[in-house]
Amino acid sequence: MTTQISPAVQLAETPGRMTPGPQKARRTHRRRAPKVVVNTVAILVFLCSVFPVYWMVNMSFTPSNQIISRTPSFFPFEFTMKNYVTAWTREAAPGQTDFPHALASSLTVALAVVVVCALFAFLASIAIARFAFRGRYVFIVSVLVVQMVPGEAMMFTIYNMVDDWRLMNTLVGLFIVHLASVVPFTIWTLRGFVAGVPADLEEAAQIDGCTKAQAFWKVTFPLLAPGLVSTGIFAFIQSWNEFTMALLLMKGYNLTLPPWLNSFQSATEATNWGAVMAGSTLIALPVVIFFLFVQGRMTGGLVSGAVKG
Amino acid sequence: MSATLTEHDAAPRTPGPRPPKPDAPAARGPKKRKFPFAPWMLLAPSIILLVVMVVYPTILMFVTSFTDLEIKNKMLGTPANFVGFDNYVEVFTKSDFPAVLVRSLTLMVILTVLIVGGGMLLALLMLRLTKGWRLLVSVGLLLAWAMPPLSATVVFGWIFDTDYGVVNWLLNTITGTQDFRGHGWLADPLSFFMVLIIIVVWQGIPFAAFTLYAGLGQVPDEVLEASQLDGANAWQRFRLIVMPYLRNVVTAVIVLETIWNLRIFTQVYALQQQGGLASETNVLGTYLFRQGLGEFGVTAAIGVFMVILLMGISYYNVRSSLKEEEA
Repeated sequence: MTTQISPAVQLAETPGRMTPGPQKARRTHRRRAPKVVVNTVAILVFLCSVFPVYWMVNMSFTPSNQIISRTPSFFPFEFTMKNYVTAWTREAAPGQTDFPHALASSLTVALAVVVVCALFAFLASIAIARFAFRGRYVFIVSVLVVQMVPGEAMMFTIYNMVDDWRLMNTLVGLFIVHLASVVPFTIWTLRGFVAGVPADLEEAAQIDGCTKAQAFWKVTFPLLAPGLVSTGIFAFIQSWNEFTMALLLMKGYNLTLPPWLNSFQSATEATNWGAVMAGSTLIALPVVIFFLFVQGRMTGGLVSGAVKG
Repeated sequence: MSATLTEHDAAPRTPGPRPPKPDAPAARGPKKRKFPFAPWMLLAPSIILLVVMVVYPTILMFVTSFTDLEIKNKMLGTPANFVGFDNYVEVFTKSDFPAVLVRSLTLMVILTVLIVGGGMLLALLMLRLTKGWRLLVSVGLLLAWAMPPLSATVVFGWIFDTDYGVVNWLLNTITGTQDFRGHGWLADPLSFFMVLIIIVVWQGIPFAAFTLYAGLGQVPDEVLEASQLDGANAWQRFRLIVMPYLRNVVTAVIVLETIWNLRIFTQVYALQQQGGLASETNVLGTYLFRQGLGEFGVTAAIGVFMVILLMGISYYNVRSSLKEEEA
């Protein structure tokens, strides 16, 4: 997770204490004094970051009568799973989907987006990184520009388009919209991975008797696997979290999870906050887990490029 | 770097030339094609998808914005009339769009300053922490970053709840009064935006902090030591040594944050659902959404304006990404 710490940083940190040269000593002295302050700030930052997440999980295990209380309970002493049962079984609003159905819709769309988007981006990134051809540069510029087109500005135009294709309120319609919104970024990211695998490796395999196709599948492809995994996870998270277009395109029993949560929390009857928190937790869980895998790559990529340029 | 290598002739490793090499990528058997067939086949799925789903609607929206297309045209199948710039004039003079625009831009500036500034402070903090403490902070930031925006907004809405929110309880306990009992944070636009800013900054800072921290790692330590020996104080070292190294990273973060903060939708919409006054708290995205289906010409005009505005800002992003590609 903190993979991109360069040696320089670590050097700046540790050595002062052990090597008491005159300069070092002065520096250590100045650095050491506020160590308590620095660590206190670190704890504060940690608490502020974690508190809302903790509060969500805490509330999801707290019985309703303790949630609706003037003095908040900071730990679920009367541990209950009832909120999860409610979130899982009750429909979001009369005539709308329940959690399992929304989960199935979200999973279908997100997984389809992952597979198709990985395939499209994989082919395109091979073309950009391994071939020199007229129009390559134009394509790269176009991808970057297209990536910046704000999809939500076109929400009603896209609504009309999807409606005209008779895909309104279908998973296929939402899938195409999500796919188009993640493909440009995925191409751009995968291109970096493909370019990072030296073409020499493939050539060496060819000299050793592989065909071109074999050289690619046996040498380059395994090296690209991490790239495919992290771009796939990125696409999954994007589709899983996407709210605007899902809200606009999906209705009733076809809601995906974000619009489900939105309906569930703004139901006309008194909101069952414990169940809402349980629903939020369930939605957040896969994203948080996946996120831990890709985090390093997302920031790392931006920095290496930006520093070089 | 190895981006322009052809497949079987990699010996002259020159990263420059754009024009296609005479010998096209040949598998087995001679293929003397002038047209680079293989790469375009590989690109075809993506190109078709993006043309259909991005380029076409952009053009369609642009055209629609000059017509009076309404939902009844769709119902009856009648064509819309060309109305010139009427929709744009209406949007900018006879609606509350200008107010929404000013609100969005103000919010964008505040959020970007807080996120980039806060991210920088956190990055510097992480630089001074020892490994265990840094891990602690990283875990916290990662959790905040990974939360789905909608879940985060729902939780914050509950934390700031009028009757049972922990914030009201805390303020009552600290002040020793009951002044904050039943205090509604979302009803008043100003405190609505305060809550919104807290949510977006809480989620936005981790990205800025991690990215800037990674950037700080690229500053050579020797230069810092040398400047320190020459008598530069901490602020001078930051301004004169660290910042020049970080300039590209900082610019990239600022541009991305600007775009993201101008595009926020989920947090604003969900917070409005929890008790905000939509008409007083709309930003560009939610304003457009709440126009609803109906006057497609007008909503298209708003959309065209948003696209132009955001594309203008992202110009820098595209340019710096291209620099990376050429490097």
